[in-house]
Amino acid sequence: MISPVTMRAVRTAGAIPNSEFLLEVEGVRKAFPGVVALDDVSFRLKRGSVHALMGENGAGKSTLMKIIAGVYSPDSGSFKLRGNEIELNSPLDALENGIAMIHQELNLMPFMTVAENIWIRREPKNAFGFVDHRALRDKTEELFDRLNIRIDPEINVGELSVANRQMVEIAKAVSYESDVLIMDEPTSALTEREVEHLFQIIRALKAEGKGIVYITHKMNELFEIADEVSVFRDGRYIGTHKADDVTRDDIIHMMVGREITQMFPKEDVPIGDVVLSVRDMTLKGVFHDISFDVRAGEILGLAGLVGSGRSNVAEALFGVTPATSGEISINGRTVDIRTPAIAMRNGMAFLTEDRKDTGCFLVLDILENMQMAVLRDKYVSRGFVAQAEVERECEQMREALRIKTPDLNERIENLSGGNQQKVLIGRWLLTRPRILILDEPTRGIDVGAKAEIHRLISKLASDGVAVIMISSEMPEVLGMSDRIMVMHEGRVTGFLDRAEASQVKIMELAAQ
Amino acid sequence: MAMEQVTQPAQRLERPQRRRKLPSEVNIFLVLIGIALIFEILGWIVTGQSFLFNRQRLLVMILQVSVIGIISVGVTQVIITGGIDLSSGSVVGLTAMIAASLAQTSDFARAVYPALTDMPVLVPILAGLAAGTVAGLINGSLIAYTGIPPFIATLGMMVAARGVAKWYTRGQPVSMLSDNYATIGSGIWPVVIFLVVALIFHIALRYTRYGKFTYAIGANMQAARVSGINVGRHLIKVYAIAGLLSGLAGVVLSARAISGQAGMGVAYELDAIAAAVIGGTSLSGGVGRITGTVIGTIILGVMTSGFTFLRIDAYYQEIVKGIIIVAAVVADQYRQRKRRKA
Repeated sequence: MISPVTMRAVRTAGAIPNSEFLLEVEGVRKAFPGVVALDDVSFRLKRGSVHALMGENGAGKSTLMKIIAGVYSPDSGSFKLRGNEIELNSPLDALENGIAMIHQELNLMPFMTVAENIWIRREPKNAFGFVDHRALRDKTEELFDRLNIRIDPEINVGELSVANRQMVEIAKAVSYESDVLIMDEPTSALTEREVEHLFQIIRALKAEGKGIVYITHKMNELFEIADEVSVFRDGRYIGTHKADDVTRDDIIHMMVGREITQMFPKEDVPIGDVVLSVRDMTLKGVFHDISFDVRAGEILGLAGLVGSGRSNVAEALFGVTPATSGEISINGRTVDIRTPAIAMRNGMAFLTEDRKDTGCFLVLDILENMQMAVLRDKYVSRGFVAQAEVERECEQMREALRIKTPDLNERIENLSGGNQQKVLIGRWLLTRPRILILDEPTRGIDVGAKAEIHRLISKLASDGVAVIMISSEMPEVLGMSDRIMVMHEGRVTGFLDRAEASQVKIMELAAQ
Repeated sequence: MAMEQVTQPAQRLERPQRRRKLPSEVNIFLVLIGIALIFEILGWIVTGQSFLFNRQRLLVMILQVSVIGIISVGVTQVIITGGIDLSSGSVVGLTAMIAASLAQTSDFARAVYPALTDMPVLVPILAGLAAGTVAGLINGSLIAYTGIPPFIATLGMMVAARGVAKWYTRGQPVSMLSDNYATIGSGIWPVVIFLVVALIFHIALRYTRYGKFTYAIGANMQAARVSGINVGRHLIKVYAIAGLLSGLAGVVLSARAISGQAGMGVAYELDAIAAAVIGGTSLSGGVGRITGTVIGTIILGVMTSGFTFLRIDAYYQEIVKGIIIVAAVVADQYRQRKRRKA
């Protein structure tokens, strides 16, 4: 094994043999507390090619990319760069060894110019040690000419469109003479014409002999730009094929071809009247013309890949980020849900996707975390909280949900993820909702707690609650839902009944 | 079998017994005792006198920090929401001027409002409180509706309120206040007002919905919003209360000095923030108690008296005060980290 420093030195000297593969990853394993994110994964990137990575959310694509880009180091397995075994210790290490990641959330400094952003830490200096702005400009223009990018190098990055910022990121990566470029869903924010321009640049990079790792959810892009495609599922490597040799159906089958072994206990309960009815709900640029009904006792699953707008629909329903047009009616009455308070008054509850960011009050204790929503209109007289009563209710909820803690006065941050989630569910159950929106209710939770939460959701449905459940886990969606609504790029692409739904059908609607 | 029967009831007994943890104020209270004891010992060594066993000194000790204490009760609430209030000192100056101008006696030939002399004592008090509340409402509204950081909104108010205070009488002090008004600041009254205010807001923070929402917003503003809390409206309330208490401090201070001066309360906001922070209020929000703030305020008072008692220069006092503020926060973060690991 050679050190990154030696490797860098050798590369600068131009003495690296032209091996066929830029990158060879073999038998890589990476575990995080509680989950194995990657298990025995292999991956090879050819010189002058675009290699697409596909898989469902949580299949392990991003973890693999982060290993290649030096963000994580693998627990085991071998990692060869241009034929030599190497160990990367940081993203900077990776960058200086010719591996550049074009980030999804762009990492540029908005108040610096395009040129300054590209050459940061490497600015050309004049005789006095100051930045030589003319040289900076010339170097940038030269780089842009090579890539056929037309952006003024002296404009502030903050003034650029998302597409142009992405171009700058790519140019920056190329400026490091990187030959491995990682693009994570680069077209998610681009218009069709911008995508075309991006593909031109990618082809130019290919012609220069660079290798591009391209993560995408979009089938049509895959067939347009990729030479090879590797599919991942549940942290495992499924296979690699030439893009010309496979069809869309083949890939979908590779992505979802798992056995459903876990049991999901959604009971058959009588489905009641329509409780929530949504018509043509639109939030400009995010989701469009969403229409659906949910009935009492029904669980409506909401499936779709990350970025399809599922969570945005939930946030709009609950008034967190209200929709710009459309109609929501509850029990047949039109309601204008502008704030979460209005949603709650109409019997809604919303378990958010991100426990830490929008769920828990980490520094407060369990009791306070649980009572915070219900205090809006119960257990308070003349401003004073009926402490004993609330505590009794919370204690009952703790028993019912089997929250494992010695003491409700414990800070919630000291609980496990599963127990935190139960506390948050308890927070909403105290408000006795008629419509319950759950966004990834079992993400990052151990199997035992997961089963308990599934049982609980099913129980609520049988009590007549209308449930909307967003989930990225196919088995969960299939097992729990009476009906499944599938979204793709901000639009509903179809509904599937419990009887007809399958992983393949969902994926066909979700990845068009 | 027999063993199970023995162990089971024992377990059951343990559960309902709530494991009451020591409140975090205990630590800071021990620090207070420690500092007081150091002065006591030094007192015997240096001057041959007791530091603590002197009623007059104990009264003065708390009296001189009562005004700071009233402000810090409001500032604590602001900091719990994750904000900051830099305007309190200036609002003290402004409200002192306004209240004093309505508390003048007719014996004085050059009253600010010659037609409004010899007013009932309630008038200047209410005017001072109202002016403070308005300043707080402006702070809160700016933060809630424009989304600018509390630091900036209250920095603006700090500069502007001081300006208004000076403009109010073109820089002239307001004197010749009525005896009734002066009573508010005399004797033990400021201490009583401070402690009553502290008690009211201690109860408000712990037992009312207002208090729960205040902590919730500081702990996680996004989660508070999703839980149905009207965050903007609540923040306006909290800043208005902080303004009201600054107004009260202005009234007490002008009554105690029997005059209103535009320069009153300079840098008081910093002492008030220091008292809250020493008392365990976390600048990242969601954590803090009024009891802690009261102890923090008294620590500031003990230090001032102690140094005066030992006839040590005020310079050293400021140096030590600075060190204690930083040490309090360092100790707090250390505790937090240990807690998180546990």
